[in-house]
Amino acid sequence: MSEHIVPPRVYYIIFSILMVCTGLTVAVAYVDLGHIWGPMNTVVAIAIAIFKATLVVLFFMHVKYSPRLTWAVIAGGLFWLLILLTIIGDYLTRAWQPFGSV
Amino acid sequence: MLPEAVQHAHHPSALAHQFDSLEQQREAATLGMWAFLVTEMLFFGGLFCVYTVYRTWYPDAFAAGSHELIIWAGTTNTAVLITSSLTMALAVHAAQTGNRRLLITLLIVTIALGCVFLGIKSFEYYTEWMEHHVPGLNYEFEGEYYRNAQIFFSLYFLMTGLHALHMIIGIGIMLFMLWFSIRGVITQEYYNPIEIAGLYWHFVDIVWIFLFPLLYLIGRHTHV
Amino acid sequence: MSSTVLTPPHHYLNDGFGVKSWLLTRDHKRIALLYLAGVTFFFFIGGAMAVLMRLELATPAGDLVSDETYNKLFTMHGVMMVFFFLIPAIPAVLGNFLVPIMIGAKDLAFPKINLASWYIYMLGGLFTLYAIIAGGLDTGWTFYTPFSTVSSTTNVVPAALGIFITGFSSILTGLNFIVTIHRMRAPGMTWFRMPLFLWSTYATSLINVLGTPVIAITILLVAAERVFHFGFFDPRVGGDPVLFQHLFWFYSHPAVYIMVLPAMGVVSELVAAGCRKPVFGYGFVAFSSLAIAVLGFLVWGHHLFVAGESVYSAMIFSILSFCVAIPSAVKVFNWTATMYKGSVSWETPMLYAYGFIGLFTIGGLTGLFLAAIGVDVHVTDTYFVIAHFHYIMVGGTIMGYLGGLHYWWPKISGRLYNESLAKLAAGIIFIGFNLTFFPQFILGYMGMPRRYHAYPPEFQVLNVLSSAGASILGVGYLIPMIYLMWSLRYGRLAGSNPWGAVGLEWMTTSPPPTSNFAETPIVTWDAYEYPARVESHVA
Repeated sequence: MSEHIVPPRVYYIIFSILMVCTGLTVAVAYVDLGHIWGPMNTVVAIAIAIFKATLVVLFFMHVKYSPRLTWAVIAGGLFWLLILLTIIGDYLTRAWQPFGSV
Repeated sequence: MLPEAVQHAHHPSALAHQFDSLEQQREAATLGMWAFLVTEMLFFGGLFCVYTVYRTWYPDAFAAGSHELIIWAGTTNTAVLITSSLTMALAVHAAQTGNRRLLITLLIVTIALGCVFLGIKSFEYYTEWMEHHVPGLNYEFEGEYYRNAQIFFSLYFLMTGLHALHMIIGIGIMLFMLWFSIRGVITQEYYNPIEIAGLYWHFVDIVWIFLFPLLYLIGRHTHV
Repeated sequence: MSSTVLTPPHHYLNDGFGVKSWLLTRDHKRIALLYLAGVTFFFFIGGAMAVLMRLELATPAGDLVSDETYNKLFTMHGVMMVFFFLIPAIPAVLGNFLVPIMIGAKDLAFPKINLASWYIYMLGGLFTLYAIIAGGLDTGWTFYTPFSTVSSTTNVVPAALGIFITGFSSILTGLNFIVTIHRMRAPGMTWFRMPLFLWSTYATSLINVLGTPVIAITILLVAAERVFHFGFFDPRVGGDPVLFQHLFWFYSHPAVYIMVLPAMGVVSELVAAGCRKPVFGYGFVAFSSLAIAVLGFLVWGHHLFVAGESVYSAMIFSILSFCVAIPSAVKVFNWTATMYKGSVSWETPMLYAYGFIGLFTIGGLTGLFLAAIGVDVHVTDTYFVIAHFHYIMVGGTIMGYLGGLHYWWPKISGRLYNESLAKLAAGIIFIGFNLTFFPQFILGYMGMPRRYHAYPPEFQVLNVLSSAGASILGVGYLIPMIYLMWSLRYGRLAGSNPWGAVGLEWMTTSPPPTSNFAETPIVTWDAYEYPARVESHVA
């Protein structure tokens, strides 16, 4: 893994970005983005959260400097999480009428 | 077959017998922790799945429930955890550079920040208890969203409660790391325990990074 | 050659005596035997439930036990068998014993975690046993809501907690195997030189790690809902009971692959050794294990065809369920091709392997019947489904388990068992199994529902056949207990390689030393290099 030693400066920069993003998330939550697209507020909130999480994973957890197997493990976990979340697909399609029905 | 010759190479005391080298041991431990974090992703994932379903079904009830949460507490807690991740990453750096004093200090700060998080969380739980928002104990909720907001609050307590439990375990792990550091077990050659404890800590931070907007910031631009 | 018949002076069984040396062991081989004791114990409890069920079902009237008691019987039968026998058995017994040896390592990556996993398993099992003794559980092993969360008056919470705890045992074992296989292979042991048992153990461990956390949170939700009335699955609060089924089957379908994949790995080993041939299409068989692990996660909705999921979901899950049969079929074809022109032997482990291939094929094909939504609507919740999964779990997994147990028994114990008795037992098991479960296909097709303790008289003949078969099967399972135990004391000494097989496990003594090998092996050959490799390893 990381024999590579990350200089503290990098950590401070990432920390600052994370704090700014946190403030941004809260600020944006009070702005109505619904007139752009209905779920826009939620999309933006999740996008910022994903961005923050990515920074933590890459830099604080040293994944940027980790072997490919680590990347594969994380990717696998995320992929499986997404499979789990496709359960929502059932709920979104329950109202659809099957083709050919009366 | 082969004679029963036994080789006793000089092994550093930190090397467990099943491994051939410290390098192999470090790689194995790190892979093990990452695989464990994947199980945690799926574990919390189940709750995120339940959240997704019910927020889709009851967006207004969820917004109504979310408005009852104490936003300054959630925001502060987010900042606290991000700071604790910083101090944790710096602690790993201190271990890598052999700076034992700094390592101990940073571990203490990380633990302290974790306790601050739990303190603020406890305050929130107490407030929610006083406001009768705890399903199963004293739940009341005024207005048309009484029924469905119960699901929101159930999710809130379950998700933040499970997260808090992981924080407590994390603090326990950090106390062990602190003890190892004070005892001198952690050296510039053998700092892997700090690294993998850090991985766990950062993961718990990431869970909160998602919990915060999903629970506290629903529909804040409207006034329900 | 005479040196092969002697037991080595120092091996893992005499490396320390006394209870502490076993209960505090870090040796993966001893932990495997601890698991063997545990799974056997829970198997017989689950079996006892089955005996009572089949006794009840011998007559149409519900005259032996009340309907409520019957509900508890089938529930505890399912819970014990699924969570405490089928899921751990091959990975925790054979896997724990063999994985380090097969890759040429001294132990698993995390021996202390391995021991912890056994304690967690036993703790969970005892919790759940408490639930039986203190009044039972009647929700079915599937815990469907809202019955389990609202209406059931039985010990749902302790049973749920017991299963929750045991889940961590699976997770820790899976983690251990994954890290060990990735990081601790001996020099020269590349991925494609590994025996196929390791490929299927690896795939099983992936499922364990990815799926078990979901059942953990789901069963925790059931317990929490029951205690705190949260309402996630309660329609009165706006919850959806079908959401429970989604979450439950998201794990429980891959779980059936946790049960069958290791058995398939065993069969690959048995067929290669029993036919003195490399497994045909090694690469295909290896990747089919991974394919089953991945595809197995995409089909859970086929348990919800009539539960209320959307038609579009149902159609997608149906297509995917047909797809998941393909890698399984690949294995069956490749085993068959391995046997073709092989030097086929009929020793007991091979009998179990051949039995597996036939019975698994029947079980697998009937799974395809169920994957077709039109058929499933008629046979779901009937004995057809029960027959299908028992063909796979009993005709498949248990036969794979017994085959593996017999094959590696000389390595584990250093002794040979009585071959004639073993063949007899295998035959009795095969006959008893088919007599028990084949009539159930017909019963289900004719419409007999599952989980009923009484039934219309026209179903009696087939039920009597099934119950008769069950008694034969029960006798069949008892016989190996006897001769295997007997062999520990009185069996002939086995020597390192009684089967003349290829594999690292046959290159060390029987029983192996605590650190598995006197020197770390350096691997320069493929997994099944028959016949050339055999002679040079028997000495």
